[in-house]
Amino acid sequence: MREVCVVGIGMSKWGEVWRRSLRQLFVDAAMEAIKDSGVDHLDSLYVGCMSSGMFVQQEHVGALCADYLGMAGLPAARVESACASGGIAVRQAFLEVASGASEIVMASGVEKMTDCSGDDATSALAGAADQEYEVFHGATFPGLYAMIAHAHMDRYGTTPEMLAAVSVKNHHNGAMNPVAQYPFEVSVDRVLGSVMVADPLHILDCSPITDGAAAVIVTSEEVARKLGKPYVKIIGSGLATDTIAIAQRDDITAIKSAGMALDRALKMTNRKLSDVQFAEMHDCFTIAEIVVMESIGLYKPGQAGPAVLAGETALDGKFPINSSGGLKSKGHPVGATGVAQVIEVFKQLTGRAEGGRQLPGSPKIGMTQNMGGTGASSAVHILEVA
Amino acid sequence: MAMFSSRNWREYPQRYRMEASRFKKSGKTYFPPRTVDPETGDTKQEMVRLPEIGKLLTYTVIRVAPSMWGDEGPYALGVAEMTDGTRVMAQITDCDVEKVKIGMEVRVEFRRIQSEGSAGVLSYGYKFVPKWF
Amino acid sequence: MAGIVGYGAHLPRHRIKVEEIAKVWGADAPSYKKGLMLREKSVPPPDMDTITLSVEAARRALIRAQTVDPKDIGAIYIGSESHPYAVKPSGTTVAEAIGATPDIHCADFEFACKAGSEAMFVAMSHVDAGHMKYALGIAADTSQGAPSDALEFSAAAGAGAFIMGKENMIAECLFTHSYMTDMPDFWRREHEFYPQHGGRFTGEEAYFATTKGASIALLKKSGMKPEDFKYAVFHQPNGKFPQRVAKELGFTQEQIDPGWLAPRLGNTYSGASPIGLTATLDVSQPGDLIFMCSYGSGAGSDAFVWEVTDRINEVRDLTVRTHKLLDENLTYIDYGTYAKFRHKIKKNY
Repeated sequence: MREVCVVGIGMSKWGEVWRRSLRQLFVDAAMEAIKDSGVDHLDSLYVGCMSSGMFVQQEHVGALCADYLGMAGLPAARVESACASGGIAVRQAFLEVASGASEIVMASGVEKMTDCSGDDATSALAGAADQEYEVFHGATFPGLYAMIAHAHMDRYGTTPEMLAAVSVKNHHNGAMNPVAQYPFEVSVDRVLGSVMVADPLHILDCSPITDGAAAVIVTSEEVARKLGKPYVKIIGSGLATDTIAIAQRDDITAIKSAGMALDRALKMTNRKLSDVQFAEMHDCFTIAEIVVMESIGLYKPGQAGPAVLAGETALDGKFPINSSGGLKSKGHPVGATGVAQVIEVFKQLTGRAEGGRQLPGSPKIGMTQNMGGTGASSAVHILEVA
Repeated sequence: MAMFSSRNWREYPQRYRMEASRFKKSGKTYFPPRTVDPETGDTKQEMVRLPEIGKLLTYTVIRVAPSMWGDEGPYALGVAEMTDGTRVMAQITDCDVEKVKIGMEVRVEFRRIQSEGSAGVLSYGYKFVPKWF
Repeated sequence: MAGIVGYGAHLPRHRIKVEEIAKVWGADAPSYKKGLMLREKSVPPPDMDTITLSVEAARRALIRAQTVDPKDIGAIYIGSESHPYAVKPSGTTVAEAIGATPDIHCADFEFACKAGSEAMFVAMSHVDAGHMKYALGIAADTSQGAPSDALEFSAAAGAGAFIMGKENMIAECLFTHSYMTDMPDFWRREHEFYPQHGGRFTGEEAYFATTKGASIALLKKSGMKPEDFKYAVFHQPNGKFPQRVAKELGFTQEQIDPGWLAPRLGNTYSGASPIGLTATLDVSQPGDLIFMCSYGSGAGSDAFVWEVTDRINEVRDLTVRTHKLLDENLTYIDYGTYAKFRHKIKKNY
C-alpha cells in the first residue's frame, strides 16, 4: 500500500443550524475542504451518515451530496456504521487511495438532527443498539452507557466526579473552538447538579443533538506534495466490531472494539501506542471516554477516571484527549463526528488549532477513535505529521 | 409506519417463553438464539428455556424516557445474569427505583412492554421484579 | 367428577387506601370503610393487565400441577370484564406464554364478575366430558370504577388460575349448580370506559337473591348443610356482602375467613371468589369440603362443592401463597400515581 495523506479540511456550522438543510450542510463543509486543499477535482466521495432516513426521510445521500456539490457523475456512496459512520468514510477513502484506485477522495460526514422531535431523534439514535433486545425493553442511548457506567463504578470505584471531570475538561477545550456547539466552561458541581438523564449520567455527561457536516480531502503523498501545503499522513487505520447488545459481552466495563481497532491501526505502522501523543476520542457520554482510555490500553482498568481528575488528559497533560472539545462540547452530528475528529488531529499536527487550544511542543502523532452504538463498531486512525 | 405487529410476533418464543439456543458442541447457551455459535461455528443446537431467577450485573434508571414510556417513568432497566449464566436485559418493574442495586436478585415476570398508542397492538414479554419470595 | 389439579394466583403489589380516594372527592372515608367494610384495594401498574395477571397465575398453577405438560392442556378460558382488547383474544397470548399452543381451544368469557367461575366451570366440564385431559380456567380482572363513584373505592385487580383434570387432583368437584336471571343491576355499554350500576338495586334483588338462589340449590342438590363445610368462599364486591350472605345462609365467619380477601384487596371482579378459593386451598387440609359461590351482575352465580385431597400438602408451598401476595411486599400509592397508572389523566395525544 502507498502512503495516504490528508491535505485539506472543512466544516459547516455546527449546532442547531436552522437555516441549513442536510445537503447545504454537506456542501458548506465540502466546498471549504476543497478550497483548503487546493485540489481541482475529486475522484470519488464517501459520505458518512447514520440516519438521514429517520431524521429527515432522506436516503441515497451519496448521490444527493455529489449532485449538490455540482459533481453529478462522481462515484459517491454513503457509508453507515451508526456514530462511527464518519470514521468509516475516512477509512474507505484511505483504502481507496492506498490501493491506488483513486488519487483524490473526499471523506465526509453529515447529519441533520434537529428537523424532528426529540422523541424521533432518540428513536433514530436507538437504531444503533439492538432494537429487539435493548430498545424494545426501553433502553435509550444514555441508558445503555449509564449501565456501562454503573458496572464500571461498581467494579473499579469510578465516581460521578471522575465522569464530570471529563465533561469539565472537554468543555474547557471546546470553549476555545470556534465551531463548538457549546463553547462554555462547566464545573464539576454544575455537571453533578444538572438533570439526571439515566443514573448515573446527568445531561452534562451527554453529548448533544447537533446539525453539522465535516469533510477532508484524502490523497496520495505525491499529490499532497504537489499541492505544496502542510499535510498529514494517515499511517494506520483500524476497524473492529463487537456484539451489538451489551448484555452479550463478557465484560460490560470495557469496549473491546476500540482496543482491537487500535491494535489493527498500529499494526500498519512501526509505531507503538506510546508514540501517540494525543487523541480525539468518542466521548458521546463521559463514561465512554474513560472506558475507551482503558480499552485501548492507555490506562489500566480503573485508572482512567483518576487520571482525568488529575489532569493527565488536559491540554497540558501528558496525553491530551479531545482538544477540540470532543463530542460533548463541540457537538455530535453523528455521521460527521468521525471526520471532525480527523480534522482536529490535522489541525493540531499542522499547528492550526485556534483559540489557544494548540497543543504545546508541536506534537507529531495523534489518533482518532470513533465508535458506533455502545462500541459494537469502532474505527481508529493514526495520523502523523508529514 | 413500520408494521410492528409482525416484528413483535416473530419474537414471541423469546419474549413469552425466553427460549434460547444451546449449541451441541460448546454447550453454550445464547439468548436471544443464534444460528451460529460464535465460539465454534457450530450450527447444531437445541432449544432451552432460561431460568426465571437472576442477579443484576448493572442497571440504570431512565429518567428522561421516550414518550412511549412517559407514563411509566422513571423506570429501571438492567442486565441480569440468570442462574444458568446467560445474560438478559430487561426493565425492572415493581421496584423502588432508588433502591435498585447491582447484585440484587430478580425474578422474571410477564408484563406489558409496549403499547402502540391507545389503539395499536400491545406487546408483552419479560420484565424483572425484585425477588422477594 | 373432575377437579383442580393445579392452582395459582397473582396480585399487583400496589395498594391505595380508602382515605386517599376519599380525600380527593371530599368523601367521608370512615363511612365508606364501614359501609363497604374495606380498607384498601389493589391497583395494577401500567404494565399489568388481565393478560399478564393471567399468565403469572397460570404459571403458578402449572407449578402446583407438577407433572402437567402444557401441551396436554386442551383449552384455556379466561373470564374477565377487562380483556385488554375489544377484539383479539386474551387466551391465545396466555396459551403462547405457557407453551400450550397450537392444539388448543381458547375463549374469552365476559359476565361481569362471574366470568371467572364460568371459565372454571366450562374448563372442568370439558375434562369431565372426556374431551380433553386438562383444561385451564382463569379468572382475572383489572377493573375500573368511575372517578368519585362508590365503585372507585373497591374496583381492584388480581387473577386466579385453575388447571382442571381427572387425575392427581388437589380438590375434586363434587357438585355444581348455576343460577341465572336477567337482572339490570350493573352494565357497561360498548365503547364506554366505566360501568354503570343501579346503586342499591345491586343488593337485595341482585347479589343476595342470586347468590342465595344458587347456594341453596347447591346445598339441596348435594344434601349438605353449611356446617359440613370447613370453608366457604363467596363473591366479594366489598367486605360486607359476602359476610352477610354467608351469615344468612348459615355459614360462620371462621368458614369464610381464609377466602374473605375484599377488606384488604377490594373487588377483583371475575377474580374475586376464584382468588378467594386459592387462598382457601392454601390453608386447607385433605378431606376438607369447600363451598364456593360466585356472582356476576346481569345476573348469575356458579356454585361448587370442592373436596380437598391429600395432594394439597405436597403442592401448596411449591409457589407463593395468596395471602403472602395479599399481605407482603406492598407499596401504597397516592391518588396522583393511581390516576396515572389507571390512565385517568386526560392527555391530548
